Amino acid sequence: MKKKTFPRGIYPTEYKTLTSDKAIETITPPEKVFIPLHQHFGSPAEALVKKGDEIYMGQKIGEAKSLFSASVHSSVSGKVLAVDGYHHPLGKPILAVTVANDGEDRLFPEIQGHEDPFSLGPNEIRDKVKDAGIVGLGGAAFPAAVKLTPPKDKPIDTIIINGCECEPVLTADYRLMLEYPEEIIKGAELVRIATGAAKVIIGVEDNKKDAFALFQAKSNGFPIETSILKTKYPQGAEKNLISALLKREVPRGGLPFDVGVVVQNVGTAKAIWDAVAQGIPLFARILTVSGSGITKPKNLMARIGTPFQHAIDSCGGMVEGTNILVMGGPMMGLTQWTADVPIIKGTSGILAWKEPKLAIEFNCIRCGRCVEHCPMGLVPTQLMKSVKHEQLESAESWGVLDCVECGCCQYSCPAKIPLVHWIRLGKNQVISLKRKKSS
Amino acid sequence: MMTDNRYLLKSSPHFSDKDSVPKIMYTVVLSLMPAVLASLYFFRFQALFLYLFSLAACLATEAIFLKVRKKSMHSLWDGSAIITALLLAMTLPPSLSLELVAIGAVASIALGKHVFGGLGNNIFNPALVGRAFLQIAFPVAMTTWAPPVKIPVDLATYATPLAKLKFEDAVAQGSLASLKDLFWGNVGGCIGETSVVALLVGAAFLLYKRTIDWRIPAGILGTLALFTGIFWQAGPDKNASPLFHILAGGLIIGAFFMATDMVTSPISPLGSWIFAIGTGLLIGLIRLFGGFPEGVMFSILFMNSFVPLLNQYARPRILGERSKK
Repeated sequence: MKKKTFPRGIYPTEYKTLTSDKAIETITPPEKVFIPLHQHFGSPAEALVKKGDEIYMGQKIGEAKSLFSASVHSSVSGKVLAVDGYHHPLGKPILAVTVANDGEDRLFPEIQGHEDPFSLGPNEIRDKVKDAGIVGLGGAAFPAAVKLTPPKDKPIDTIIINGCECEPVLTADYRLMLEYPEEIIKGAELVRIATGAAKVIIGVEDNKKDAFALFQAKSNGFPIETSILKTKYPQGAEKNLISALLKREVPRGGLPFDVGVVVQNVGTAKAIWDAVAQGIPLFARILTVSGSGITKPKNLMARIGTPFQHAIDSCGGMVEGTNILVMGGPMMGLTQWTADVPIIKGTSGILAWKEPKLAIEFNCIRCGRCVEHCPMGLVPTQLMKSVKHEQLESAESWGVLDCVECGCCQYSCPAKIPLVHWIRLGKNQVISLKRKKSS
Repeated sequence: MMTDNRYLLKSSPHFSDKDSVPKIMYTVVLSLMPAVLASLYFFRFQALFLYLFSLAACLATEAIFLKVRKKSMHSLWDGSAIITALLLAMTLPPSLSLELVAIGAVASIALGKHVFGGLGNNIFNPALVGRAFLQIAFPVAMTTWAPPVKIPVDLATYATPLAKLKFEDAVAQGSLASLKDLFWGNVGGCIGETSVVALLVGAAFLLYKRTIDWRIPAGILGTLALFTGIFWQAGPDKNASPLFHILAGGLIIGAFFMATDMVTSPISPLGSWIFAIGTGLLIGLIRLFGGFPEGVMFSILFMNSFVPLLNQYARPRILGERSKK
C-alpha cells in the first residue's frame, strides 16, 4: 500500500522504543489532587464547589459558561480543601480546585450510560460530549463539542481520526490504539453521526503497523477506512494530515470545517465513547512518562489533577542530574519549572532529561533549510528577521499567523537560531495589534 | 509535599539536528581538498605559497574586523574565512606575486564580507569580490598564465584554453585543448580550477551530504550546455562544444562551490532555479560574445545582486493559499 504524506517536514530520531512495549499502567491517585478550572482552549470554567464541600468522583466542579470552554469534573471523591490559584503547566497560577482524596472513588450517582448510543441523534451526542468536558486529547485541548458543531453552510463529509502520534518519544496514543481499538472505532462512529459525515478515515503512521492492522480487523460493519501514513513529523498536524489523506488544503486562517472535515485524536474518540456509552466524564487520561531523566519510562493512566511528581515517582523517580521537565512531546512541549504542576486534560506526556549546554547561535547563513522543511510553506528566517526588527506588517505579509509552531525550522537550523521563539512573539504582537485596530 | 527541584525553562522545540554552521563550513573545506591537492600536484610550490598567503591574510583580516567590531572570536574559526581563503587562492593564476594575493585576501574579507556585517549578511561571494578586485586593479598580472610544471613551454606566451578559443580562433586552427586534458587538469589556468575530476569528487561529496542545493549546479550546467550547444550546432567549425565549455575555465568550481554559497544564493527552490539559469545564461553570453574569454566570476557576482530580490518575490506557496474559506 502506498504511504500517504504531505510535502516537506522532518525525520527526527523517535526514541519510542523506550515505552512502546509497555502496557498502560493505572496509577493510584495521590492524597491530594489539584484540578485547574482552565485546561482547554477558550475561556475558563466557573467553579461549582467551595471549600469544605464533599464531592464525588466524576462530579462536575466547573461549568463551561460559553461555547469555547469545557466543563471540569473531580477525578477523586473527597473533600474540597481550596478553590484557589495553583501552579499550572501553562506557567502561571490558575484557579484550581484542591480535593483531599478519601481513597474510596465513590462515583457520582447521577452518572448513567446509554444502552444503544448509536440510536442517539447528533444533538444528544453533542450535549453529552459537552457535559463530559471533553477536549482534544492530542495536546491542543480544543473543546470537542465545538468540533461536533459545524456551521450550517459547511457540510461535513469526512471524519479523520488522528492516530499519527508524530511527536517523538510519545507512545500513549499507540498503546491506546493497541489496547482500546473497539472504543476508538465506536467513538469515531459517534463523531460521524454527530456531524452527519459519510465516512471516517483512521490515519496511522507506518511505525505503528500493528495498530493499523487492528483497526483494519475490527472496523467491519462501520463506514471506516484505515489509511497508513509515512512516519514523518508533523504528520499528525491537522492541516498537514488533511492534505496527506484527502489532498484538500484548509484555507489560510480557516478551519477543517472549510473543507468539509473534522479531525479528532484517537484518545478523544475513546473519551467520546466513554462519555456517551457509560456517561463517564473526562477525569483521567493516558500519558507517556519518558526520557533519559526518568528511571523507568512507562505509559500511565492517571487522574486529572495528579501532580507530575506523583506520576514520576510511579516511574521510579527522576534520574540524578535531570534538569529539564517537559509537558507534551519534545517538538512542541512546554517546559515546566516545577514538578508540582498537575496533569491536565492536554498532558500527552511528561518528559525529562539532562539538557546539554546551550549551542552557540550564529547569524543566519540563509541556507534555506527552514524553508525546505516548513510544512506550511513559510520562510521562517524571514519571519524571524521581520519580528526581530519589529516590522510586524512585514511579518504578517510573510504569513506569521500561518505558523503552527511545529518546530521543523528550528530543528533543522544549523545556526541554532530560536526561530519558533521569534515567530511566537511575532504572532502574539500581530494578534494584539489587530485587536487594538478593531476595537 | 512541595518539591524543591527547579527545572530549566526554554521554548520548544527541544530536539535539534546535529548539523551546525561550523560543520557545514568544514564540510565545504573538506570537499575542496581533492582540488587543492591536484593544484599542488600541478603547480607545486607556486600553489602552496598562494594558499598559505591567502589563508594567513584572510584569517588576519577576519580577526581584526571581529576585534574592531567587538564580535566574539569564535567566528574566526567557524570555517567561513578558510573557505574564502581557499576559493580565492584557487581562482588565482599560479605566477601571481604574493603581495597581490594578500591584497586580494584583504579585499575579500573586508569588502566582500565585513562591510556588510560579517557572515550571513554579505550580498556577494567574498572570494569572488577579492578576485574581481584583483582582476580590475591588476589586469596584466591576473592574466599571465604559467603552465603546469609538466608542460615545458615558455611562460610568457602560455594561454588558457578559453583565451585560445577567444583570441586565437582555436577551433579553426585545431589547437583547442583536448577534453581529456581539461578533465584531468593538465592545462593552464587558475590553480584550483583546472582539474575537473578533483573538483567533481568534492562536488559529489557535497551533493551526497546535501550541503549544497543541487538545483544551482544543475541549472547553471544545463543552461550553459543548451546555450553553447545551439551555437555549436550552428557553426561547429567556429564554436567549441558544450562539453568543452563545461570542462574549461572556472565553470565547475563556480557552479558547484561558488554559486552554491548559502549566504549569497536564494533561499527558496524557485529562487535557486532562476538564479542558476540566469548565471548559466550570462556565462554563455560573456564567453561567446563578451570581451573576456571567461565569464563565471562576473556572472555569479551579477546574479548575487539579484538574490535579495529573488528572496523577496520567489516565495514558496503557503499551505491553503489557493483555497477559499
